[in-house]
Amino acid sequence: MELSRLPEIINTFSLTPWVIFFPLLGILINLIAGKRFGEKFSGAVGSLASGMAFVVSGLLAMSLASNPGSHHIEIARWLSVGTLEISWALRVDTLSVTMMLVVSGVGTLIHIYSIGYMSRDVRHNNDPSRFTRFFIFLNLFIAAMMLLVSADNYLVMFVGWEGVGLCSYLLIGFWYEKGLDGIGNAIAGKKAFITNRIGDFGVLIAMFIMFGAFGTLEFDKIFEQAPALAGLMPGVLLAITLFLLLGVTGKSAQLPLYVWLPDAMAGPTPVSALIHAATMVTAGVYLIARSAPLFSLVPVTQSIVTWVGALTALFAATIALGQYDIKRVLAYSTISQLGYMVAAVGMGAYAAGMFHLVSHAFFKALLFLAAGSVIQGLERGEEALNPGHHATSDQLDPQDMHNMGGLRKRMPLTFGVFLIGALALSGIAPLAGFFSKDEILAEAFHLQEGVFFVLIIAAFLTALYMGRQVFLVFFNQPRSKPAGQATESRAVVTIPLVILAFLSLTGGLLNLPLSGHELPGGHLLTDWLSNSIAGIIKGEFNFTVALLSTGLALFAILLAWLLYGRKSTQKGAVDPMRKVLGPAFTALERKWWVDELYQAILLKPFHILSDCLASPFDQGTIDATVNGIGTGTRGLANVMRKLQSGYVRNYALAVMVGLIAILAYLLFH
Amino acid sequence: MVPLVYYLALAVVMFVLGALGVLIRRNVLVIFMALELMFNAANLAFIAFSRYYQIIDGQLFVFFVMTVAAAEVAVGLALIVAIFRTRNSLDVDVMNTLKG
Repeated sequence: MELSRLPEIINTFSLTPWVIFFPLLGILINLIAGKRFGEKFSGAVGSLASGMAFVVSGLLAMSLASNPGSHHIEIARWLSVGTLEISWALRVDTLSVTMMLVVSGVGTLIHIYSIGYMSRDVRHNNDPSRFTRFFIFLNLFIAAMMLLVSADNYLVMFVGWEGVGLCSYLLIGFWYEKGLDGIGNAIAGKKAFITNRIGDFGVLIAMFIMFGAFGTLEFDKIFEQAPALAGLMPGVLLAITLFLLLGVTGKSAQLPLYVWLPDAMAGPTPVSALIHAATMVTAGVYLIARSAPLFSLVPVTQSIVTWVGALTALFAATIALGQYDIKRVLAYSTISQLGYMVAAVGMGAYAAGMFHLVSHAFFKALLFLAAGSVIQGLERGEEALNPGHHATSDQLDPQDMHNMGGLRKRMPLTFGVFLIGALALSGIAPLAGFFSKDEILAEAFHLQEGVFFVLIIAAFLTALYMGRQVFLVFFNQPRSKPAGQATESRAVVTIPLVILAFLSLTGGLLNLPLSGHELPGGHLLTDWLSNSIAGIIKGEFNFTVALLSTGLALFAILLAWLLYGRKSTQKGAVDPMRKVLGPAFTALERKWWVDELYQAILLKPFHILSDCLASPFDQGTIDATVNGIGTGTRGLANVMRKLQSGYVRNYALAVMVGLIAILAYLLFH
Repeated sequence: MVPLVYYLALAVVMFVLGALGVLIRRNVLVIFMALELMFNAANLAFIAFSRYYQIIDGQLFVFFVMTVAAAEVAVGLALIVAIFRTRNSLDVDVMNTLKG
């Protein structure tokens, strides 16, 4: 049977719900049997569930290739209130299938990686069922994310939106008893959840307004009515898009709500790769791309979105320069790259934004997973030095780049793939990141020059901090004994790395900027997405921009080599960058004191208000009133109960006296 | 013909005697009898007025009162017997469990 004819034989689109059902099935099996059959079983079930979702997504993509356009599949009726009808409806079009492929594809690789990474982890605290729980959470995430990207109306999308937020919370706090003071990870999870709630609140309000204005939450119906509304009441559309933007800043970690993402690195590294780099955080970008017909109608919001993205890209890139935690650098880099995507979709360059989303998913997942491999390499090194003693963070922080160095020789494969990821992120041709980032830069060059300058500086910084990281981690001499004893990871860990490295190398083929029809293979993704998003712009290759960005990236790498690569930095020595930047480096290191600023202007007043509401108001006023009523009633009862003597004749006398009193009143009134 | 006031005076005396009996005596049975006295004082007043005004309603009402009184006695005596079995006493002041 020819594979390409498969979609015609079976009705592929009716399979769509299985992209959600397969991960749910995986959860069910692992819940029931996971503990009994051990780690290998749980890992296999989890990976298979995600893999099957990928297969279904692939089938959907093949069907769409011959039959583009949007297909709607209703699973069940959900709500029917008055004129509002909402069903569990899925939508298959090129945009949602692109997201499905990324989520399940990268997701499956990370599931496989997790089998090796999470196996017999010391942080499990002798609780083997945690391994199963991890895969249950991962599958739940895949299911929720699939629901998010395949929903056909805003409410069902919001269910997925909240679902991935929940999974993010659960997985950040996966090692909940670890972290600062044994509660740091739990606090990080809480921070992520609460910060996201602010954004979710925006999405909710946007949905309320949409229901008020359009009477429906279905994508197609809203987009159909939107242009008419834009003429009548432009303020309403402005409000909708701005509230959606609030949701985007929460979920996609943009200014000013990005603060949760660096802390989210408390979760296991595969989670950082899957949720906090490759997929969940791109939900905001997807939301804007999906709502493109709305955003296109409000130029004001579009420019706000663009500037939020661009400033985030620059701001986060500067912070990434001053970090020492290997995962935190990548986290800030993720925020920065998300800024690029948001800026792109803000400018209306939806194809460029989605292209960067896909290629970023490849190389950032790769970088995180490789960083995880480095972290475990260091832990193995420490265990080799102190046999029998588990490598724990009380002696050495295996994520601190101060403790690394020279790992190029100890972990050659990890070094190779990390280098590929870093070069892709830095935008060196011909890797995936070059094409996707350049498309955004070229669009910005055409559309908004101010944004272009901000983004190109961010691109320079990107290459600089990635160069710094690569030189600090892999080059020169080891700065700690465990780094000298680090060993390469197992195949189950490295094979996903190699696959992702391959994708990072070749991802650019998805959307080569070949103009015109004379050259085949150009603008594949753009053409593909033009079936879902109307009025999509085809990115033009701008030689000047490409030359400028590549030149800057190479210059940044050279700079990084001069600072970090040329001679070995000793442990405890002053960071070479500090010599150049002076006190400004402290600002980068302390993340521009944004956390402290939020602490001072938001959290502290909030705590004071809460204390005030709790102590004088709630306990002092409300509770005192309620307690006072109770005490008063009891005191009164103590007096009154004396009357209930139990002597019948007393009662009779009372009745008699009362009767006489009433009669006397009636007679003499 | 005996004037109405005489009847009413007798009724008042009977009623006061009954009321005092209920308030003062401690034996349940005596209290019951005192109650009956009060009922009948009321009955007497009814009859007297009925005769005085030549309206039959008062006499009719007396029948109701007597019926209710009979029923009440039936229930009351049964209660008294039940209480006597558990308490071995007919003193109302002993039956003071329901106090505050």
